[in-house]
This record gives sequence, structure tokens and C-alpha cells, in this order.
Amino acid sequence: MTVGVLALQGDVAEHLLMLQKLRTKAKEVRTIDDLAQVDRLIIPGGESTVIGMYLEESGLMTAIQKRVKRGNFPIFGTCAGIIVLAKKIRGKHIPPSLKLLDITVERNAYGTQIDSFDVPVKSAVLGKKAFLTSFIRAPKITKAARRVTVLATHDGKPALVQQGNILGATFHTEVYDDTRLHAYFLSLS
Amino acid sequence: MAKNSQQLGQQLAKMLKGGVIMDVVTADQAKIAQKAGASAVMALERVPSDIRMQGGVARMSDPKLIKSIQKAASIPVMAKVRIGHTSEARILEALGVDFIDESEVLTPADPFDHVDKRDFTVPFVCGATNLGEAMRRIHEGAAMIRTKGEAGTGNVIEAVRHLKLIKGEIAGLKNMKAPARKAYAESERVPVSIVNQIAELGRLPVVTFVAGGIATPADAALLMNLGAEGVFVGSGIFKSKDPKRFAKAIVEATIHFKDPQKLAEISEGLGDAMPGLEMANLPVRMQERGW
Repeated sequence: MTVGVLALQGDVAEHLLMLQKLRTKAKEVRTIDDLAQVDRLIIPGGESTVIGMYLEESGLMTAIQKRVKRGNFPIFGTCAGIIVLAKKIRGKHIPPSLKLLDITVERNAYGTQIDSFDVPVKSAVLGKKAFLTSFIRAPKITKAARRVTVLATHDGKPALVQQGNILGATFHTEVYDDTRLHAYFLSLS
Repeated sequence: MAKNSQQLGQQLAKMLKGGVIMDVVTADQAKIAQKAGASAVMALERVPSDIRMQGGVARMSDPKLIKSIQKAASIPVMAKVRIGHTSEARILEALGVDFIDESEVLTPADPFDHVDKRDFTVPFVCGATNLGEAMRRIHEGAAMIRTKGEAGTGNVIEAVRHLKLIKGEIAGLKNMKAPARKAYAESERVPVSIVNQIAELGRLPVVTFVAGGIATPADAALLMNLGAEGVFVGSGIFKSKDPKRFAKAIVEATIHFKDPQKLAEISEGLGDAMPGLEMANLPVRMQERGW
């Protein structure tokens, strides 16, 4: 199994390191050719305006949507990653998105960088121990459809969600050492 | 909820990686930068090439300008303070900017000390010409380092020099024994723990961008191939013939820096880059500001 990490912009290296710790083969994805060589995909944190724009320009947007339609193509997005997965985006600028996750997200919902924070989060699918997360200029999920399962919350709002084999987090765990969330993603089929 | 501001700043810097941070002097320019795919904008009153030509003391921007840029952009907004100007930094923090650049492009304010960045909530990026400078800034609390290069010249040689010097000096730490590391730390006026950490990591402990003189997509690709994690472009965009196209081309080159075929396509028919300056005979060498 080869896991792709979308490498248009953002914290690609941190996700690659997580995969390396889990002894999983990984590949940076910048083009449609790259996408054809991977079995699942991580969309990293970064700026959703940049990632969304170049998803569209590179033709990866349609290629990913087609791949998901064919089935058996799990995707995991963190922060900017969940924004470009979302069906609906709210905020000052709305980047193009894959519309694969039936949620509404609000960009930069907590404010600017001085409002960023770290917080431990718990999820039943990851065991009893909380995992450390970073909310960096993070989005907020304001609405989730019934077919979306909420795996973890922060401050009463969904923060980690799953719909079929599409997984999305409004926070980053890849900037810390805990590999449990990535291992969970690798277990999805 | 925990607030380790320096660490949170380091995390934001990680999210900026692989991107281009563009200097803008108006809200309209910020919109153009964002539309072209900038991962952040740097708000300032004059781009470095104008500061160089017009001279005078260059200071922090008017808060009104910064607010208008914050309103126009949804990507992170950075702004510059003079070296050592703690009050300008407090003002920018109060405005809620996402990152402060303590920058040699502005006229230095303190001949002795840089800003003590450790007790700020807002993160800082600082310039460096070599490893010693980078370590001193990190010790003072910088969450991100960029090369100084030579801003406003459209000449990439100094950015290349600084990145290669920093990387070379880091490689040299590997074979350095404990007493030599201690002596090196002392001569660079930093705790030996920073030296050891860098030796172990084989890199700086914070995200490392390049800045100063980047004017073309090929310049951006050159530095990315040398190991830069992202690019600051100052005068290179809005002093070029066609800022919209240049902005987009430099962003694309930063994504596809390993792909010469793509770089050829990106570079074709772009028109004139910003006018460049030779290093010899520059009346002001901004890289020599700070220490």
C-alpha cells in the first residue's frame, strides 16, 4: 500500500514523518500521474485558498473525485485538508473544494494566530488516552449531515468526523508524536 | 487549553511551508497576491527596492494600512518591525497580525538588542546570514527563520549564499566534539543546548524560508532545490511588468521546483522581471543590519 500526501502546499513533511513512523510507503502527490500511483490520500494543513486553487488548476480535483467514485480510495484531511474536502465552506474567501464530506466548515473560525491553541482531544476510536492537537487558525464545523459520524468534539463542536472512508479533522495531530489517528486512517477501507 | 506561543508559532510556520509569502503595500495588492496563490502576505509601506531608492528611515506601517490588508485577505497577514523596536512589535500584536517580521529591510531601532520575542503571543520570523545569527534569533524566541539575502535588488546571490552558509555550518556540527560545540556556542553567544539540538536534527529547529532578491520563478526553484522550505518575495512581484502573472508563476515554480519541463512552461513569455542591481557598489547593504 502506498499512501499519497498531497504536496501542493503545507505541512507535507509532518504527514510523511507520521507515515514513516508507521512503516508505510508514502509518496508526494503533485500531479495526476502521481495520484495514479497511490492507494489512499492525505490532504495536509496549509492554506486552503492555495491548496483548493491548485487542486483545480492541476486537474487533481476531478481526478480525485473520479477515484473516490470508483471506490476504495480513503482520504484524510487535516485543517486546510478538511476545508477542501467539505461540501460547504463559509468565510471571507471560498476556495474550490472536493465536496466529498457532507459538512459546512467556517474558515479561520477562532480568529487570527493569537487565538491559536493546543488542546488534548479524546475519541472512542483511538482508545481512552487523549491525544494532543493543535488548532492553528483553525476552521470550525458548523453543520454535519446525518450520514457523517462525529468521532471527536472540541468545545461542543465536531472536530474529527468520518463519512464512509473519508476522514477529516479541524486540527493537527501530525505536528506531534502520536501516530494513532494516522494508524486509524490506514485501517479504513 | 494550552498556550505555548513560540510553539504555536512554529506550527503556523509549518503550515506556510511550500508556499510563497508576498510583500504588499495596499489592500488591492493583497487581493492580487491571494488570488495568485500566496500562502501569506507581508504588509508594508514601501517594497524594499523603493526603500533602497528613496532612502530615509523606514518604519513599521500605519495600522490603518495593516487593518485594510487584514480586511482584504483571508490568508495570514504578516507585518514588519524595525530591529529591536519592541513597541512597534507590541502595536502589531495588538492589531492581531499573524506573524511579525523583525526585519533588516526597515531601519534598525536598537543598536544593542533585537526584540526579546519570548514573551509575545504573536510569533516572529527573523532574518539570518549564517548559523550563528539564526541561533541567536531562535534563542530570543523566533518561530521561523529566513535568509536575509539582499532585499530590493532582484539579485538572488546573497539568498543563495546565506542558505548555503547555514546548511554548511549545520553539516559541520556533526563532527564537532562536545568541547568544540561548547566553545562554538560561547563564541556565538547561545546556549550549547541549541547547538546540540541542531546537530542532532541536522537542520534548524524551526521552519527555514529564503528571502532577499528572488525575482523569477527560476530563482524560487533554485532555492527550493537547495533545501528552502518556502519563499518570501518582496519587490519581485509588484515591481515586475505583470504582477499577476509573476505572482502566479512564482507560486507554481515553488510547487513544481523539481520538474524542469513544468518550470519551462511557467517561465515562458512572462515579460520583464523587476530591474536588478549588482552587489558591488550598493550604498546600503541591508543584510549587515542586525547581528
